Amino acid sequence: MKTYDLTELALRNLRESSLRNSLTTIGISVGVASLVAMLSLGIGLQKLATRHLAKSGLFDTVVVTSRREMRGFGRDDERNTASAAESRTLDEPARQEIERLPDVLEAYPDIRFITELRYQDKPHLTMVSGIPDSARSNDAFAGIPGTFFSSETAPEVILQKSFAMELLGKTPPPGQEDDVPVNDLAQPLLGQELTMRYAQRVSSPSPMGEDTPTRVSASTDLAESWSDEAYSVISREQKLKIVGISDLDPDSMRGAARARVFLPLKLAQDLRVMQPSDVRDSMRGFSKQPSYSTISVRVKNPKQVEAVEQAIKKLGFNTFSILDATRSLRQFFAVLDLFLGIFGSLALAVASIGIVNTLVMAILERRREIGIMKAIGASDGDVKKLFFAEAGAMGLLGGVVGVALGWTIGHIINLGTNIYLKRQALPPESFWSVPWWLVGAAIVFAFIVSLVSGLYPAARAARLDPVQALRYE
Amino acid sequence: MTIGPVHSKAPSSHNGTPAVRIVDLCRHYQMGETLIRAVDGVSVRIQPGEFVALLGSSGSGKSSLLNLIAGLDRPTSGAVIVENRDLAQLSREELARHRLRTVGMVFQSFNLVSRMTLAENVELPLRFAEVDRSQRQALTRKALERVGLGARRTHRPSELSGGEQQRAALARALINQPKLLLADEPTGNLDSRTGTEIMNFIREFNQSLKMTIVMVTHERALAERYAQRMIFLTDGRLVDDQSNSATVATSLQWERR
Repeated sequence: MKTYDLTELALRNLRESSLRNSLTTIGISVGVASLVAMLSLGIGLQKLATRHLAKSGLFDTVVVTSRREMRGFGRDDERNTASAAESRTLDEPARQEIERLPDVLEAYPDIRFITELRYQDKPHLTMVSGIPDSARSNDAFAGIPGTFFSSETAPEVILQKSFAMELLGKTPPPGQEDDVPVNDLAQPLLGQELTMRYAQRVSSPSPMGEDTPTRVSASTDLAESWSDEAYSVISREQKLKIVGISDLDPDSMRGAARARVFLPLKLAQDLRVMQPSDVRDSMRGFSKQPSYSTISVRVKNPKQVEAVEQAIKKLGFNTFSILDATRSLRQFFAVLDLFLGIFGSLALAVASIGIVNTLVMAILERRREIGIMKAIGASDGDVKKLFFAEAGAMGLLGGVVGVALGWTIGHIINLGTNIYLKRQALPPESFWSVPWWLVGAAIVFAFIVSLVSGLYPAARAARLDPVQALRYE
Repeated sequence: MTIGPVHSKAPSSHNGTPAVRIVDLCRHYQMGETLIRAVDGVSVRIQPGEFVALLGSSGSGKSSLLNLIAGLDRPTSGAVIVENRDLAQLSREELARHRLRTVGMVFQSFNLVSRMTLAENVELPLRFAEVDRSQRQALTRKALERVGLGARRTHRPSELSGGEQQRAALARALINQPKLLLADEPTGNLDSRTGTEIMNFIREFNQSLKMTIVMVTHERALAERYAQRMIFLTDGRLVDDQSNSATVATSLQWERR
């Protein structure tokens, strides 16, 4: 029988016993719907988690340190690495080289220093950090009161909430939670000016050029061998405008070294503030260009972090990332998905028993019809294919309806949860995701499960002895 | 070797290959402890164009024999040779082709598919034969018109009288233009008037389409009136095989009309 005829006959037969067949189809739909609903929930939660984590910048960032530095995070690595002699300086050419690696979005020097900021003539000592323009989309800066930096060199600052509270004298006593809304802090501070006092590193002796080395640095006079390079340290002041207050702690990964005041990275670089590493560098001799204590490398995708880390290690640097944390997180979601999928599949398994039942019943009911078809020339294959097609059609229909149902259920749950979140004065979240592959896979899965369920009934129908079947009333 | 009826068109008058040749055919069933010999050593030749009636009381094995010729059943031993092919040697697939192309069947209980319209019922063998859709429509209409059911094509079997249902079954049996029409008590469920109507159709197919007819019946009168040859079965054995002079007379009479 031709495929078209087969389909037509199968659909016709399904229409005939519409009640039983639609009940079976609904059974499949419910199975598919629960499968889709559960997997969508799993995927949605995973997406939600990775979206927030990705925005935090923790999971796609590799921190690069020179092997000369003792403050690398990867202590295990350091034991195994080559001696300092083989290691490289983390300077501008190195940064550019890292940035050219595949899958690297950007590599920027980590500029942070402790300095004094004056607000209304009161000094406040804190860690200041330069942040790149790409941090604009970071969770810590997106949607904050105020704005992000207007340009990469704008003399502007964003304050961390705790520092803002300190400036306003609202720091809560230790052990007490701060419950001041960030908007209340922003009100008096935005647009105000801070004065930053800092130590600038100036190449010596004059801006004439670095090609004519001179010996100015006193410390090198006694040295038998001395470096050509030297620099002066000059105290400077820079006025900065407060443009934003961040509620979150974007630098939390740094622990005690975390900054509470943020500058545009370019501005911070241009200021040439003395870095703690500068002093250490001077012990080893100078290079014409300042070296960086650390470089932050942003990778396109958390998945590529490991590969990028390896590549950077090959260049001769130490690296650190929170990759292990993401790995266990991914594992958690894989297990979650698996469990949700198993529950969904159980529902589908129950539904497929429904298909087997319906088709076996249909054989009993249509014994005579099968006998007639065989008597007038239907082959075993024709009968088998017909039952197979009926099972497939129910599966396909059930799959499509089920996906629609699952999608609807998901949206209702999401809507309900968002109403709840709104009541709790929390921003709405989409923890529900139905990717196209899931839609396709669910329908195909339902189809295949139905076909498999149809195997036995179809074979049984095909084996039916026509003489027996025709005798049956 | 049987002797055909004395009829100008009697197929036995030429010595070509028989339409059906049955050689020492047996069909035994095991029913618990007892062995039922439904067909027990039957040998028959049926010539092309013959109208043969299989007579016998119920349980005589006439329907079993018909099923064996139809390829619905397989013999325990012996051979059923239709169109030079021994049905006993055919695969299930080939037997299905035999039922589809070589034979047409009508039954006592009509055996139309109740969930389909008349047209769909008649069309069904064409679907199995993978005939093109466009051709199917025309063939179905023609077949239904031939049995006078052109106006009833969209009706379901349950909406029709027994006679109409059997006519539809005849149309279905003819749709693939088989050479052999097998009828199992075709008038058994009909009153005598509609029975005659059906039998006239069958005779017409025999005479104008040159179809070979094998009809099972327990009514001797019916066989005498229409068949050219009567084969009597008892307990699965062939007990008598006679040509029917009366039939020759009626069929001539019928031809003269």
